[in-house]
Amino acid sequence: MKFVEEFRDPAAARAMVKSITALAGDGEYKFMEVCGGHTHTIYRHGLEHILPSNIEFVHGPGCPVCVIPMGRIDDAMGLAEQPNVIFTTFGDMMRVPGSRGSLLDAKARGADTRFVYSPLDALKIAVENPDKHVVFFAVGFETTAPSTAVTLVRAKHLGVKNFSVFVNHVTIVPPIKAILESPDLRLSGFLGPGHVSTVVGTRPYRFIPDVYGKPIVVAGFEPLDILASVHMLLAQINEGRCEVENQYSRVVREEGNVKALKLMAETFELRPHFEWRGLGFISQSALKVNSKYAEFDAEERFSMPGVRVADPKACQCGEVLKGVIKPWECKVFGTACTPETPIGTCMVSPEGACAAYYNFGRLHRETAAVVGQSTGL
Amino acid sequence: MCLGIPGQIVKIVDAQQHLATVEVSGVRRVISVLLLSEEDLNVGDWVLVHVGFAMAKIDEAEARLTLEQVEKMGREFVNEMDAFRSSQIT
Ligand code: SF4
Repeated sequence: MKFVEEFRDPAAARAMVKSITALAGDGEYKFMEVCGGHTHTIYRHGLEHILPSNIEFVHGPGCPVCVIPMGRIDDAMGLAEQPNVIFTTFGDMMRVPGSRGSLLDAKARGADTRFVYSPLDALKIAVENPDKHVVFFAVGFETTAPSTAVTLVRAKHLGVKNFSVFVNHVTIVPPIKAILESPDLRLSGFLGPGHVSTVVGTRPYRFIPDVYGKPIVVAGFEPLDILASVHMLLAQINEGRCEVENQYSRVVREEGNVKALKLMAETFELRPHFEWRGLGFISQSALKVNSKYAEFDAEERFSMPGVRVADPKACQCGEVLKGVIKPWECKVFGTACTPETPIGTCMVSPEGACAAYYNFGRLHRETAAVVGQSTGL
Repeated sequence: MCLGIPGQIVKIVDAQQHLATVEVSGVRRVISVLLLSEEDLNVGDWVLVHVGFAMAKIDEAEARLTLEQVEKMGREFVNEMDAFRSSQIT
């Protein structure tokens, strides 16, 4: 009862679940939610247990902290440990383990490592500390990349000389393609990411129905949004349609944020390859600072070993990120690997599937049966 | 870090630099509104705020819906608000 009652509109949720159950019939459906924010909502609200058991959510690679490989963290640590450097990044990144510990460990060893809310805060630290060099470790999909782009433009405009960015921005389309090419998974469709799509719009997803014959619905973050999106996917499948639909049209426009895309094009270029944790190298899947802004490129300023580091043996983040296994199927889940002592990245960020499941999922699994009975769903 | 939290524009600080003060859950900070510079943005408007940038204009109903949702995230929301509070964009 609790979970549906927690919904903003329990009656609407109940009606939606009923209609989804009818549409699903006795088919088997696997829908991948690409975005970590959706994973969070699904576990937080126990959606897996509210929906009929023949609808399965498969968690995708859309948590930018989760997909950063060990080698990049080691490179970041190397930068943080340079003399005279103030190293800045988002809070979540501080705890991601590399082969020599995390940035927090580097901080404990004496590196000047600070977490910032915004890349503009990092730039401000640079302006205030002219005798130090400030590096910002940038991660994130197209949701976050425009903010780094604006910061680069502003740094140039202000003529700041002691600021650079270690860009690890990734793009959303290539990993979806990689997953569609992988033989391990038979997906019925996708819940498209919400906030990334405010920037890129809905057009870049057209290849998913056109080339791979899978439907995709860009979804909002409310539990009802997710239910509505699942409903839209099932309706497409039942009616023999296969297209890009936008459930989150309250916020997402077809063309995205044109200004943000322009600023990204002004400052970044595609990397030929980038290593993704668990997915391996994916071509043209990440951004780097372009030559016009080379003076702000940490990879130009400092020598970066760029060594590839294999994930710890026990870590199954790769399988989790591809949706091949569920978090609780990883051998170290909840024992050696917890949010306090993460072995893999998926346990670090609250959007990571392992952390989301650790925080909410178990609770829901234990009470799910009772809930199902008491709500009569 | 992936959260987009709704905030209301309370003041345009510097139109040329596209800086505005937003209020998010009672906390006021300066953010960049450059990404929305092609829209007509006014005091009182609601925007989705992500790492110090307004990413999308939203209506008030959407803002309330999203706020309700992110507040339920608990620790993550608290961390995000702590980070927002620490911001010193000028
Ligand atoms: S439990 Fe830990 S090691 Fe296993 S997949 Fe999740 S984050 Fe990775």
